[in-house]
Amino acid sequence: MGEFLSSIDYWMFLKAFIIGGILCVIAQILIDKTKLTPARILVLYVTTGAILGGLGIYKYLVDFAGCGATVPLTGFGNNLAKGVIEEVSKTGFLGAFIGGIKASAGGITAAIFFGYIASLVSKPKMKKQ
Amino acid sequence: MENLNTNKDYQKYVNKKSPNSPILKNCFNAFWVGGLICVIGQIIYDYFIFRGFPQDLTNTIVSISLIFLSAFLTAINVFNKIGKFAGAGSLIPITGFANSIISPAMEYKSEGYVMGVGAKMFTVAGPVLVYGISASVIVGLVYLLFNTQVIMLV
Amino acid sequence: MKKIGNQTFKLDNPVTILETASIVGKKESDGPLAKYFDVCLEDEFYGEKTWEKAESKMIKTSIETVLKKSKIPISSIDFLFAGDLLNQCISSSFGIRDFEIPFLGIFGACSTFVEGLMLGSMLLDGGAGKFGIAATSSHFCSAEKQFRFPLELGNQRPPTAQWTVTGSAAAVLAKDGIGPYITHVTPGKIVDKGIKDANNMGSAMAPAAISTILTHLKDTGRKPTYYDAIITGDLGHIGKSIVLDLSKTEGYQLSSVYNDCGVLMFDKEKQDTHSGGSGCACCGTVFSGYFFNQLKEKKIKKMLLVATGALMNSTSSQQGESIPGIAHAVSIEI
Repeated sequence: MGEFLSSIDYWMFLKAFIIGGILCVIAQILIDKTKLTPARILVLYVTTGAILGGLGIYKYLVDFAGCGATVPLTGFGNNLAKGVIEEVSKTGFLGAFIGGIKASAGGITAAIFFGYIASLVSKPKMKKQ
Repeated sequence: MENLNTNKDYQKYVNKKSPNSPILKNCFNAFWVGGLICVIGQIIYDYFIFRGFPQDLTNTIVSISLIFLSAFLTAINVFNKIGKFAGAGSLIPITGFANSIISPAMEYKSEGYVMGVGAKMFTVAGPVLVYGISASVIVGLVYLLFNTQVIMLV
Repeated sequence: MKKIGNQTFKLDNPVTILETASIVGKKESDGPLAKYFDVCLEDEFYGEKTWEKAESKMIKTSIETVLKKSKIPISSIDFLFAGDLLNQCISSSFGIRDFEIPFLGIFGACSTFVEGLMLGSMLLDGGAGKFGIAATSSHFCSAEKQFRFPLELGNQRPPTAQWTVTGSAAAVLAKDGIGPYITHVTPGKIVDKGIKDANNMGSAMAPAAISTILTHLKDTGRKPTYYDAIITGDLGHIGKSIVLDLSKTEGYQLSSVYNDCGVLMFDKEKQDTHSGGSGCACCGTVFSGYFFNQLKEKKIKKMLLVATGALMNSTSSQQGESIPGIAHAVSIEI
């Protein structure tokens, strides 16, 4: 563990914090100013991420901020685009239909499976506020 | 007072009358909570890279870990409180995507496990998958056509 | 009964509101009006498995309570008007299916309670029986589920949003009685000023409330100060201030007598309910709890109860339709 702690690049944490924070602030401004619903914001982010990923721009942000760029939903979009490009280079035309989900299979499956488990073990509660 | 006979005038008047969201406070909370979630992701990432996992796999591990965290907090009825406080700060990271799948699954449990949980799970997050995946297919087709990253053409 | 003016009906034989009952959830019983409600629930599930079942049970309880309080046997009730917000008014019909009372389901969104009082008093005035019931219910959780988002979704409510009241109210109307009397009823017209924001219902419904209040005053030739209280259903803080503003431009000064049930229901600062309460039960429980008590104690002698409703659903919202508002008024005097 000590070895791990000494290997950490704390500068990277700061960059992840700031870039991740900024991406959230942009969405917050959109929510408060335009009354866009959360679903629309998520769609906007994932599509933007996919486009920036497709154009090869988003990877610079990932190189710079690590999880600050991959954890926000734009990173999910970028991952879809990245996966599709890799797969197209490997298998050609069919790759366009395989690569996206293949690259993000872990996240999607986890959300569905944990969602199902959560619905088994828990139920919604009245909001206090 | 101005004449409010037309709908447009009334809408203008209502906009003036309605209090704005406390945008500075919201942005501040969104910033630090969103940033913090990304840092948690970075810690997990660094740890698995340190343990010698390949980069792609590590990214997936980060996603799954955060999704699990989000599922856990949603199931113990805590995530909505974080969301109310942090707004986009917990919505935009992958945690928000997970919450938007898990919360309808829990809510529609009362309509049964097939047509309730199974069908309604994607009422909020479905569009994200539809647009994300469709965008990726288009990216793939464009890449196939030009067989190079589009940016090289510009 | 005869029609006076444009929209108002004057009852020949004023109908007595014999008794009322109210049941509310936890948050409402933490509010400033707590002591006026008959039943306060600790658990929003009310011992049931789903929000919808809980809401049905609430309306059942409120009707049972009002029958017990008024000491009228269930077999003497000639008709029952009830409605709520859930698709096809299921809370009402499921809640009362065991009662064996002639049932007339109504939908006026959050104006349902007054719509029931209005129709009931008109029927009794016309000689259709001796006793009738008007009832309604709403539930924060079932309303959120149907109209907005799952409860566990981590979203923020804008400051214009209102909080759906969890509760149910019922009133027994009697042909003969010693008051408080329903003397005039003014059914409202739909007014739509083009507001589309479902998180700003007060602004969408306020023009309908103004239209009904001013029409009622014109039809009856009364001044606002004729009433000790003019009370709207669930406009909340923003809607209330719009009503005050716009009635002033029409030359009516309402501020001394006017208030809103959505404003009265919660403590805005402590309970973080943003623009105030809403939902069918908002007007219903605040009238049945607080105002009926004030009328009984003669602290209020004449009141105009104006329930407001937003006649939309989530499909119309998604299709970009604006929100048509409605307001029904009954004049209650002792």
